[in-house]
Amino acid sequence: MFKEKNQASLAGALEKWSEAVDQKVSKRPERKPDFLNTSGIPIKRLYTPLDDPAENYSEDLGLPGEYPYTRGVQPTMYRGRFWTMRQYAGFASAEESNKRYRFLLDQGQTGLSVAFDLPTQIGYDSDNEIAIGEVGKVGVAIDSLADVETLFQEIPLEKVSTSMTINAPAAVLLAMYIVVAEKQGADPKKLKGTIQNDILKEYSSRGTYIYPPKPSMRIITDIFSYCAEEVPMWNTISISGYHIREAGSTAVQEIAFTLANGIAYVDAALKAGLDVDKFGPRLSFFFNAHLDFLEEVAKYRAARKLWANIMKDRFHAKNPKSMMIRFHTQTAGCTLTAQQPKNNIVRVAYQALSAVLGGTQSLHTNSMDEALSLPSEESVQIALKTQQMIAYETGVTDTVDPLAGSYYVESLTREIYERAYDYIRKIDKMGGAPTAIEQGYIQREIQDSAYAYQREIEKDERIVVGLNRFQIEEEKPKNLLRVDPAVRTQQVERLRKLKAERNDESVKSALAALDQGARGDDNLMPLIMEAVRGYATLGEICDVLRGVFGEYQAINTLG
Amino acid sequence: MGKAKKIRVLAAKPGLDGHDRGIKVVALALMNAGMEVVYTGLRQTPTQIVEAAVQEDVDVIAMSILSGAHDYLFPKVMELLKEKGVSDMLVLGGGIIPDEDIPALKEAGITEVFGPGTTTTEIISYIEHHATVR
Repeated sequence: MFKEKNQASLAGALEKWSEAVDQKVSKRPERKPDFLNTSGIPIKRLYTPLDDPAENYSEDLGLPGEYPYTRGVQPTMYRGRFWTMRQYAGFASAEESNKRYRFLLDQGQTGLSVAFDLPTQIGYDSDNEIAIGEVGKVGVAIDSLADVETLFQEIPLEKVSTSMTINAPAAVLLAMYIVVAEKQGADPKKLKGTIQNDILKEYSSRGTYIYPPKPSMRIITDIFSYCAEEVPMWNTISISGYHIREAGSTAVQEIAFTLANGIAYVDAALKAGLDVDKFGPRLSFFFNAHLDFLEEVAKYRAARKLWANIMKDRFHAKNPKSMMIRFHTQTAGCTLTAQQPKNNIVRVAYQALSAVLGGTQSLHTNSMDEALSLPSEESVQIALKTQQMIAYETGVTDTVDPLAGSYYVESLTREIYERAYDYIRKIDKMGGAPTAIEQGYIQREIQDSAYAYQREIEKDERIVVGLNRFQIEEEKPKNLLRVDPAVRTQQVERLRKLKAERNDESVKSALAALDQGARGDDNLMPLIMEAVRGYATLGEICDVLRGVFGEYQAINTLG
Repeated sequence: MGKAKKIRVLAAKPGLDGHDRGIKVVALALMNAGMEVVYTGLRQTPTQIVEAAVQEDVDVIAMSILSGAHDYLFPKVMELLKEKGVSDMLVLGGGIIPDEDIPALKEAGITEVFGPGTTTTEIISYIEHHATVR
């Protein structure tokens, strides 16, 4: 055979070459004895066709828009249309955030992404004592439907797509969004957007949980089933590796733990009697774009293939849309340095490029000043322009999956796939992701990787420009964006007024109905919609559910 | 003379912030440096932190916040410590803390603030030099 002959002669040549190079290296060593990527995968000096046996092309890669989607979920990818440029934003009050959204839309952003403050994310109203110091800080403060009305004033919800980073109280915020859209005259069936709604990674990595896993999974499947009928174009979950990576995981762990969580959601939905091909197409994902450029590109490609395999072989999905992993990407906040913050513009650009070469469906590029505070308007603008330059100027968008066929990228794609699969098998043996989290296994794996990464930096095995090498004397940055502490006072006053003006009787009966429903097995979404319509507050609704479901107690994984 | 008493540290996450990568890495590094570390976990109120510090009889409190709530929560912890009559604990802050906030925090009694890019070696050495082991 021609091919085998070629391979044999290449293998021979390679052996000779390696011997010769090894001899040279023994006199003049390479930069380090071992080259490893962030997942600990050893990187060879050279990759050749021998690393990329193309006989499995159809099985491993396929064509774009076709199983197993390694090369992309759409046949034309960015030749058809670019990814959605979606900057995560929100701070202070609904008025302030509404202004920032309209600014971003004017700048050519194509989708909204709402950041909520921590009290909102954990289901507390702004007047709760526990919220002091946090109101409006990391996102917008939302207490009731009235705030969401202000948040989207003059933004036509039927036309934009909106992503909301909300998890434990996702049902409440989604209900508020739908009601505001209805009030604008929009048809819920046409609403497009995403709620994060991924509680499992909150337990392992992000921390904004409220209820224990079991009732939390029930709320999630209630949302799946409600939206399948009423808001069919909505992405009902964004299964997120982003925060797992930010918490310190490697690229392989990011994919493995995210897809293991994905498996748990599909299991839960199937157990609730839902049809895999009905909710499957609405599952979306969210990944991190970290520093190791080619490792990241390979990671996205491996994730697509792995999820396609899981949905087809494990869950017997028939609808191709159930097998496609559509994902949002954000550049890695944890890689930004407070030192020489302008360098972050360049880091973000490389990270964003890896996400585009990896076939992302939407993208957030971090602003250079995010290791210091909330981003200023100027730095957000540069971050968005970075995406526009990749899209319009670099040419990488003119063909589908341009790095395919690189011996290294294909080899790495396979390696990441295999290693992530090994983790998933291990988690399966433990009884699935929820059990692995309850036992602290996933948290420990992540914290060990985070510690190892920090050790590498401190031992100068990992160089961060401007941090542990190439430092310069610099002035402290000024004019950082700050949230006015008066936001809390204003929110508390708004709440007081709201409670004085609303019909308390209808709030009470809606909350009582919710309590009843939560104790039984009614779908909670219509009940929450009813409470929201009557201007019950987020805190009141979450308190009812806390009363029925209790609160999650985290385990200590240190020591 | 017996063996030197180990430095006891309370690693704490005040407020609602869920970013615990930093505090966990610091806690692990302090343990590996031979200190005894008690980690509070997430979502601690200032009252809970002060109670834990007193109960655990620690020499150092190391708090981390990345949400911007340090301006309220750090001074609140100091206020409660004073109320309890505790004055010899070394109280450290870390996280995303704008430089211009640091003078006010030090004024309130936070001994040192460690920003992004600080090495665990620096923190260990700071604690070893400044903590009073009781």
